[in-house]
Amino acid sequence: MIVAEDLPPGAATAPDTPVLSVQGLAVSVRADGAERPLVEDLSFTLRRGETLAIAGESGSGKSITSLAIMGLLPPPAVRASAGRVMFGAKDLLRLGEAGMRRIRGDRIAMIFQEPMTSLNPVMTIGAQLIEALREHEAISRAEARALALAALKSVRIAQPERRLDQYPHELSGGMRQRVMIAMALALKPDVLIADEPTTALDVTVQREVLDLLRDLQRDMGTAIILITHDMGVVAEMAERVIVMRGGRMVEQGTVGQIFGAPREAYTRELLAAVPRMGDGARRPGLSAPETTPPLVARLDRVDVRFDIRGGFLGRVTHRVHAVERVSFDIRAGETFALVGESGCGKSTIARAIAGLVPHEGHLEVAGRPLKGLDAAGRKAIRRQVQIVFQDPMAALDPRMRAGEAVAEPLVIHGIGTEAERRARAADLFARVGLPPEAVERYPHEFSGGQRQRICIARALALNPRLIICDESTSALDVSVQARVLDLLEALKREFGIAYLFISHDMAVVENIADRLAVMYLGQIVEMGTRAQIFGNPRHPYTRRLIEAVPVPDPAHVRPPGPRLSGEVPSPIHPVGRGPQRLVLRDVGGGHLVAADAVAEGVAA
Amino acid sequence: MRRYRFVLVRPFQLIPVLFGISVITFVLVRLIPGDPARILLGTRATPTAIANIRAQYGLDEPIWVQYLYFLKNLAAGEMGKSTLYKVDTLKLIVTRIEPTLALVVAGVVLALVIAVPFAAISARRQGTAADHAIRIVSTAGIGFPSFWLGAMLIILFAVRLDWLPVSGYGDSLGDKLLHLILPGLTIALSLSAVITRSLRAGMIAGLSSDVAVAARARGMPESVVFWRHVVPNALVPTVNLLAINVGWLIGGTVVVESVFAVPGLGQLMVRGIFSRDYMVVQGVALTFAVATVLINFLADVVTVALDPRVEL
Repeated sequence: MIVAEDLPPGAATAPDTPVLSVQGLAVSVRADGAERPLVEDLSFTLRRGETLAIAGESGSGKSITSLAIMGLLPPPAVRASAGRVMFGAKDLLRLGEAGMRRIRGDRIAMIFQEPMTSLNPVMTIGAQLIEALREHEAISRAEARALALAALKSVRIAQPERRLDQYPHELSGGMRQRVMIAMALALKPDVLIADEPTTALDVTVQREVLDLLRDLQRDMGTAIILITHDMGVVAEMAERVIVMRGGRMVEQGTVGQIFGAPREAYTRELLAAVPRMGDGARRPGLSAPETTPPLVARLDRVDVRFDIRGGFLGRVTHRVHAVERVSFDIRAGETFALVGESGCGKSTIARAIAGLVPHEGHLEVAGRPLKGLDAAGRKAIRRQVQIVFQDPMAALDPRMRAGEAVAEPLVIHGIGTEAERRARAADLFARVGLPPEAVERYPHEFSGGQRQRICIARALALNPRLIICDESTSALDVSVQARVLDLLEALKREFGIAYLFISHDMAVVENIADRLAVMYLGQIVEMGTRAQIFGNPRHPYTRRLIEAVPVPDPAHVRPPGPRLSGEVPSPIHPVGRGPQRLVLRDVGGGHLVAADAVAEGVAA
Repeated sequence: MRRYRFVLVRPFQLIPVLFGISVITFVLVRLIPGDPARILLGTRATPTAIANIRAQYGLDEPIWVQYLYFLKNLAAGEMGKSTLYKVDTLKLIVTRIEPTLALVVAGVVLALVIAVPFAAISARRQGTAADHAIRIVSTAGIGFPSFWLGAMLIILFAVRLDWLPVSGYGDSLGDKLLHLILPGLTIALSLSAVITRSLRAGMIAGLSSDVAVAARARGMPESVVFWRHVVPNALVPTVNLLAINVGWLIGGTVVVESVFAVPGLGQLMVRGIFSRDYMVVQGVALTFAVATVLINFLADVVTVALDPRVEL
């Protein structure tokens, strides 16, 4: 095939002309000699400069669609089996590798979910940018370097000259995603495909990246296909929306129509499952019990520090101050949430409570201090505290049947006979909503939500007083997440368990927590009941976190706040020094806020 | 440059390691049954003659006194007089080190020359006939012992085809290189098999990695994706594997040097063991140990150079 030289920028000049049109696209995978469809009969058009969101849950075919447009379906098993992808006058499905290569990165660019793994770790940022530029433009190395620098400046990255000579691991996640965006937009493409571009980022960083994408789109007139599972991101970014499920388009419409008057039942279900800020307020609060429920865990000025050794003799020169002077109580039957961004120390606290990392200060679980316990004492404490992790696939032994996994804690603690343990496992399966025959199956035979139910059943096996949910629902689809959250709530009422719920998702926390603490750099900046924190957030960082959450309502107008940028300071300090300690002040009814002087420092 | 600071620090940290190695080799050598004096003088030696020799070489002293003499000699640049060759062991080692070193370098270079293209073909054409053929050759390379493989190579290339010399080590540079091909190939065939497997696995993982997909999405040709974005990342773990194998290989040259009659350290070691020449055996063992330590040090330097994330 002869590839025409006039690539499409000249082909479409009017603002409303479609820049990309997908017609009857089908993608199938060949497995065990049979073709199985991944995407069927998908048609849509993308107009110049608009943002089209493709929304759907895992397995909906949204990412496969983007790879099909780019001609990057993993050969030979997956292929586009029917339809056309018209880019100007060209059908991309029939363009061939050489022709596609000229379009990829030049006319149609793509950014991915994982900025951590999408950049080559052994090449400098500059080398990767220059390589991409020189692949498409006949320019010298020096010219390419100048263009690369301009691209980094356009994504508002701090110290762009320095970044050119840095390696990816020297940059934070947010900066790496900026670099990916700079690479994608350096050649001013007509179309940008953004596949879950902010899913791996912290909520405030997500806010910055979304703002950046919108600004660049306005300047360059690039059309964006935004692939996401997050309806909040859809509402904020998109003009038109396609909802996909199981490889098929369910519904297509303007963002106002999809959110305001969804036609299809699935769209309504999807929207209903999205956790929204404010839903929690409508939930009946804890009915004030006559007697204070017993303490399950108590932390009093707990520190967790990790040594960094260096120098000639390997002495401790620096320490990571992961958790600094943290104090809180968890009482039976309550859900206590810890929120904050990555690296704030919330998971480290969970590990300290489970006795998995050493701590300083006073930490007691079920009335017994964790310090100075012998092996038997530690084992006894662990019966009281169980953890449900973020990734259930990684938390389950792939060679162990689900029933065995759930019964294993009983085996470890020598509880019951073989038959009793099996009965207990069957009972727990019923309790978490899994079919009884599932005990015989292996983890890979379950869906993500079912796997998390197995993990919850395993955590319940020992009748613990406290279950730590460390981002337990973050990896799940929203509809599955909603059901798992309901299950956790029901189990709490039934067994009187307390949860330590760790999450970066303010909307989920607002829905499930009774009380919560907001953490920043290892310290608590604000703590109180759900109503106190969400109804009257006092600390600027808390407000920043709440405001950064994308709202699944296209009519929502975000209050114009300062554009955020900058990096979180390091929690690493030389030996003998440490972070400035925050002093918490009670502003009424047990609502604790870090004292103002320090608060200003955090907000700056 | 901060990442390379360990290059200055590490040699000092190696001092206790080398000290430990010297103690172990010294003691182990003396655990070999047999009396060096008796072997040197033959079966009809008188007890007086044996006692004289023992006194001359310090063999009548307690073992720790012998060790202190050894350290004293080492400080003076000597490793003790060989009972067999009647010269200082260090001089012997210096004259014998070149063939062994050349053999190891030839083996590693040939192994890489074989392994990198093989792994590349295997990874890029996974599951094809080429991939299977390379797998079979690799497995065979690991399976055949080097003394047999060496003998077969001699029969084919030296005896039947008469392209290359049968054995020995030449005098001029060209002659030496010619002599190195067959023993080098013997080493390379087994070494390359291990490296090919490791590289192939790394390359296959790299080809479907996010880095490769993102590079393709920027319009990079597949050759650039492979050689610039996949191969460098696959090399990092292979460097350490190579270092482990080369350490093992240095001891393994004993066999190959015997088959090809290369006058290297391995041959010296074998002679030393048979004649209970304590000085030679401990000297060569110490040299092998130092070489292994140095190779691992070198591997660390290469790893730091290849992977900017590594800090040592």
